[in-house]
Amino acid sequence: MASTASPASLPRPRVPWAVVGVTPFMVFAVLFLILPTLFLVVGAFQDNDGSFTLANLGKLWTPTILSSYWISIKVSVASAVLGAAIGAFIAYAAVSGGLPRWIRPTIMTFSGVASQFAGVPLAFAFLATLGRQGLVTLFLSSVFGLNIYAQGFNLLSFWGLTLTYLYFQIPLMVLIVAPAIEGIKKEWREAATILGASTWQYWRHIAGPVLLPSFLGATLLLFANAFGAIATAYALTGSSLNIVTILLYAQIRGDVLHDQNLGYAIAFGMIVITGLSNLCYILLRMRSERWLK
Amino acid sequence: MKTNRLSHWLAILIGTLYFLVPLAATFEFSLRKIRGVYSFEAYRVVLADTQFKSSLGFSVVLAVVTIVFGMAIIVPMAYFVELRLRKLRPFIEFVTLLPLVVPAIVIVFGYLRLYNSSSILPLTNFTLGTNFLLACGYVTLALPYMYRSIETGLRSIDVRTLTEAAESLGASSGTIIWRIILPNIRSAMLSGAFLTFAIVIGEFTFASLLNRPAFGPYLQLIGANRAYEPAALAVMAFAITWACMGIIQVVSRNSVAARP
Repeated sequence: MASTASPASLPRPRVPWAVVGVTPFMVFAVLFLILPTLFLVVGAFQDNDGSFTLANLGKLWTPTILSSYWISIKVSVASAVLGAAIGAFIAYAAVSGGLPRWIRPTIMTFSGVASQFAGVPLAFAFLATLGRQGLVTLFLSSVFGLNIYAQGFNLLSFWGLTLTYLYFQIPLMVLIVAPAIEGIKKEWREAATILGASTWQYWRHIAGPVLLPSFLGATLLLFANAFGAIATAYALTGSSLNIVTILLYAQIRGDVLHDQNLGYAIAFGMIVITGLSNLCYILLRMRSERWLK
Repeated sequence: MKTNRLSHWLAILIGTLYFLVPLAATFEFSLRKIRGVYSFEAYRVVLADTQFKSSLGFSVVLAVVTIVFGMAIIVPMAYFVELRLRKLRPFIEFVTLLPLVVPAIVIVFGYLRLYNSSSILPLTNFTLGTNFLLACGYVTLALPYMYRSIETGLRSIDVRTLTEAAESLGASSGTIIWRIILPNIRSAMLSGAFLTFAIVIGEFTFASLLNRPAFGPYLQLIGANRAYEPAALAVMAFAITWACMGIIQVVSRNSVAARP
């Protein structure tokens, strides 16, 4: 890291300025990003006396913790896959033409706003919409006589949380994938059509394979995005929905478990999961950039 | 082709509905505080709450500190990496993407263990230290976005030529950054700044676990205890986010217009 910035490896005598300029950031990154993460990762493999152990990771295999990981993964996968599919379709509809010109910038601006509209206020918005007294809930029951809560819907559940997460996942997908869709050249379609390809063949053999890495990569990014989220879920459900971020939150607050090394292990597990999905994202992006340049 | 266009319209329409209905519902809900009539009573109650003002004020100050602090360490770093230390780029890319890999709650957990009262650097022992820690946390949260926008800004100007021209006229590195580079990447910096503002203003995890009286934990507290005020707060929060994003649009459009 910092050693690569050592004066010896650089030409010209005015180099110290560059080192001076880069150092504050390096110090910051080490102190407030790398060390805290390493501390937890190392702690996950230590017992209370500081010697090496795998017992903490072993303790993750209890029903409560496993189920919290599982619910988190399910919500993240569902909101990522649905968000990616819907977002890609909206982005395609907005970018590929056929619609009035003003649609595209409007959609992009709005996606910028909605993708940032997360956290606690988003939970409030969905409670006001689909909560027991929410506008849509009341509308459905008064106009169609449909009581969605009697039908088994609950905002404080897997589907409720997924539906809420989609509010920032779909716009995020639109933002990420729109440039890739713009990279699809009209000429490819024309060439394919001239050679007698059907729409299905065009998508199956040309546009699909070119877009697939960006699409999958963006899906993985959405997954990590949902997996690390806590504020929306916490404000929506209190601690009634057992997802892993809320479990860790309670653990940090000292409400449960009373075992700090187990807390490290939970955190380590989260880093492993988001880390793997980001690694795949980077690999996929490297692939997709070959075509879209 | 015609059915195609129809399905495009349908996608846009359903998408728009999905995004506008909750906003409309939230607004409608926020007006229901007095039974039977629509009123702005919930807004009046919220705005009269001293905790609302103090927590929002706290978060605004913290957002400004975060932006200034973040820019102060990121701009020189990005400038020198672009100019002379290209070898560092892979490492910088890795570090600036790290906050997207490590969830916020994990980072703050690390802070609490690393900087608690029994550590070498007990930042959480005193208020100013904890506030500083919170600002640092927000810089890490905003890092991917800030760095990305500044890097884009730097790449769109010819850093090397500008620097060499200024150097040949006798300018020092500090002068070059302050008087040549900064004015040229102003719009990129503003975009990063407002995005950071939007992220920081309602942030919950860091502020709550560091026990600071910020706007995010206040929102959560109101949400747990009141019925209609949360909706009013959500409308306001959305307005703030919208304002930030709107300003980014205007700023970046102006910068495009200014460049021939």
